[in-house]
Amino acid sequence: MLRFILTRASLVIPTFLGVTFLSFLLIRLVPGDPIEVRVGERGIPPERLAQLRHEMGLDQPMWKQFADYIGNVLSGDLGTSIVTQNPVLDEFFTLFPATVELGLAAMVFAVLAGLPAGIIAAVKRGSWFDHGVMGLSLTGYSMPIFWWGLLLILFFSVQLGLTPVSGRLDLLYYVEPVTGFMLVDTWLSGEKGAFASALRHLVLPAIVLGTIPLAVIARMTRSAMLEVLGEDYIRTGRAKGLSEGRVIGLHALRNALIPVVTVIGLQVGTLLGGAILTETIFSWPGVGKWLVESINRRDYPALQGGVLLIATTVMTVNLLVDLLYGVLNPRIRHAR
Amino acid sequence: MTMDVQSNAVIEPITTSAPPHPLVEFWYHFRQNTGAVIGLVVIVALVFLAVFADFLMPHSPLEQYRDAILVPPVWHEGGSWTFVLGTDDIGRDMLSRLMHGARLSLLIGAIVVTLSLAVGLALGMASGFFGGVVDITIMRLMDIVLALPSLLLAIVVAAILGPGLFNAMLSVSVVVVPHYARLTRAAVMAEMSKDYVIASRVAGAGPLRLMLVNVLPNCMAPLIVQATLGFSTAILDAAALGFLGLGAQPPTPEWGTMLASSLQFLQRASWVVTWPGVAILITVLAFNLLGDGLRDALDPKLKR
Amino acid sequence: MPLLDIQNLSVEFTTRAGTFRAVDGIDLAVDEGEVVGIVGESGSGKSVTSLAVMGLIPSPGRVVADRLSFAGRDLRALSASQRRKITGKDVAMVFQEPMTSLNPCFTVGFQIMETLKVHEGLSGKALKRRTIELLEQVGIPAPESRLSAFPHQLSGGMNQRVMIAIAIACNPRLLIADEPTTALDVTIQKQIIDLLVQLQKDRGMALILITHDMGVVAETAHRVIVMYAGQKVEERRARDLFERPQHPYTGALLDALPERALGKRRLPTIPGVVPGIGDRPRGCLFNPRCRFARQDCLDLRPPLFPDPEGQARCYYPLGGDMWGAPE
Repeated sequence: MLRFILTRASLVIPTFLGVTFLSFLLIRLVPGDPIEVRVGERGIPPERLAQLRHEMGLDQPMWKQFADYIGNVLSGDLGTSIVTQNPVLDEFFTLFPATVELGLAAMVFAVLAGLPAGIIAAVKRGSWFDHGVMGLSLTGYSMPIFWWGLLLILFFSVQLGLTPVSGRLDLLYYVEPVTGFMLVDTWLSGEKGAFASALRHLVLPAIVLGTIPLAVIARMTRSAMLEVLGEDYIRTGRAKGLSEGRVIGLHALRNALIPVVTVIGLQVGTLLGGAILTETIFSWPGVGKWLVESINRRDYPALQGGVLLIATTVMTVNLLVDLLYGVLNPRIRHAR
Repeated sequence: MTMDVQSNAVIEPITTSAPPHPLVEFWYHFRQNTGAVIGLVVIVALVFLAVFADFLMPHSPLEQYRDAILVPPVWHEGGSWTFVLGTDDIGRDMLSRLMHGARLSLLIGAIVVTLSLAVGLALGMASGFFGGVVDITIMRLMDIVLALPSLLLAIVVAAILGPGLFNAMLSVSVVVVPHYARLTRAAVMAEMSKDYVIASRVAGAGPLRLMLVNVLPNCMAPLIVQATLGFSTAILDAAALGFLGLGAQPPTPEWGTMLASSLQFLQRASWVVTWPGVAILITVLAFNLLGDGLRDALDPKLKR
Repeated sequence: MPLLDIQNLSVEFTTRAGTFRAVDGIDLAVDEGEVVGIVGESGSGKSVTSLAVMGLIPSPGRVVADRLSFAGRDLRALSASQRRKITGKDVAMVFQEPMTSLNPCFTVGFQIMETLKVHEGLSGKALKRRTIELLEQVGIPAPESRLSAFPHQLSGGMNQRVMIAIAIACNPRLLIADEPTTALDVTIQKQIIDLLVQLQKDRGMALILITHDMGVVAETAHRVIVMYAGQKVEERRARDLFERPQHPYTGALLDALPERALGKRRLPTIPGVVPGIGDRPRGCLFNPRCRFARQDCLDLRPPLFPDPEGQARCYYPLGGDMWGAPE
């Protein structure tokens, strides 16, 4: 098992180096070199420019610059934001919990709705329910979520006044950030109504962000269940006199979960991409909105650091999913 | 067939028929899938709209009717037949803009799919055909691209290249290349181990001939499916870039850009926001339906 | 009264191409402690018959019978949950493919214990003890350490022993073994058959042994039913069947046994295949492959003709007018 983990983990290293190189290139590919980007349109005397270039190591050969960059990255120095002058790493991790909270809520919604829908659709194959689930999930899969978010705001916030339009918490409340997760922090603060407010702010963005994963999970669960339900061991389960609930909910689902969990894990990338749009629509103060703002403000160091950190997050999650796959599938676990 | 066990004579016809032409057989399977047929019909209609937009558009997509700002659609109070789907905040006809947008979206889809398919095909074939270091290098590169959420990568590329419709297309193409490359590689490797390829290799076929004449036509099915689905991804991602201000720039009537520039009228004139989204959804759904249908019809595993 | 009593059982599957009768009017009676062999080629409806007895015909399939009773209870009248109390407990089944018939995600121990928990309500130490006992009975060495093994860690033969352990866990009165050795190595086949026979003798349970191997049947079964294209074509006591087969199909199956072909240069075979969904012949279903087919056989579908030793579905049985010509 340890060997399995190490093999999988070692495969990530070249990808990580590649992504680092990509983010290293990013700032050199944007029009103008990093100094010009930094000083903007103010202009700068040539001798000062040369001095700055030397200080930043830009007169060094490429490979040396890259080696330095990797060194910095590994020691946690991702540069400073041009706009705020704060370290990029700090900015990112101040905002990251908001994105994680939104992403987790979206995933919980997608799994809680998608898994049962897919299972029932497979068991009742060809029924109206099945057609309904498949039709809806293809629609969800085709949904431009930025528009979907606007529609939901229009209906639930503007027409019905049920949910707030933007942010994470009503301005009435101030909650000391402890974990960065608003649901947890409001719960801990004990302030009356704060938790409910945080929850109401979270619902709509989570549904919007969870729509595509929901569609993917429902479709994947259905097809995995259909395949598993035709297996011999399902017949064995029935021949043992087990109830349908146990045959489907334990014997079939346990096997169908193997591909489904993989797909759920792969949705994390989609989720972080979707967070960029969702956070922009709902003014959710997370890293997605921050990235878009960085681009609009031409804050390239922030963009560079953000891209690297998000890619690292995705790779870490993918690795964890890979390992989880081994745990779920005994045949993989026992292979060398 | 008789239901009587102790039956008397029963006559049952023996049917023998020549196997149908592959295209006929494909059409037979495809036709069974109602969704796919609907998708095809919608796409054909969209293509028609896009091609003949200049003749069908009631107005110019860019002309501003200053005395008809935010006119609602015809069935709303205050709507008129002059502007069937209403007008936007500076008095441009929504219907004309949407029709022009269809042309843009299909163009985006076509260009993105062509570009990414061509690059992905080349990389995938090289990878599957040569193996070894070439394979490892290409596939690691693809892994790196895949490690980034596609929209984020598209945003980064768009940020490097600068905003604009053409750059948006390029950046969306970059993002989807790995899908084609991986698919092609897998298909090539599966084909390469088959006897007929070995046979023609023994017969002295050169690598280029082997690739283009023997292997490629036999791995078209998954690529056709992926290319169809690629249309929907391209349209969706390009619209998202437009929405974020990194794609087509106003006043270009690209659907995502239209959405972004009318956000502030969400409450006052919801149709300005509704229609571009409906257009994106219908188009993307149509391509997804078609792609699913093609997959079912082309995938021999699912055939009875 | 027989333990299992089936009269006129048919199983139909409706597909786009039409309705297909996989089993066509079968009568089958099995007494307590009796070993009945059902033989026939693939596609003859043997497995479907046994699945119908187990209540395992998947949903588009339709089961009809004039009588379908087990130990005096009408299986057709039972609700699904009542039937589950019998299935796996009083009637148990061993399948053809041991490698795919066990759930790959659960340990062998779990899959045996599950049956005991559901039907006998065992738990804790007693459950574990009983499970180990079962593994010992089916001849699995070091049973305690095998409890936590996954099916993919065991060989096909071992997995089939596990399947048998599951089947006999609740002391069934009837065990159905559907080609239990087909997927196994030849050397293992005999071990598994011997195990089944020994368990049957020790426990006095009834055993339906489904196989296409006449040799296996000869050694084990008391009574044999030969099936062809969903129909019963012959039934008699094993010894009688081997000495005096009446249906040409039975005869052909016996001729194909290597030990009966001694001195011949080639092993006789039966040309052609069992008719499927769209190519059922007119007249006797076996006539296209029958060496003795005459005009009647091409025109009329024969009923089962009783004779002093059993029954055969043939106008011109191999024994000729041994018992006087049939009507």
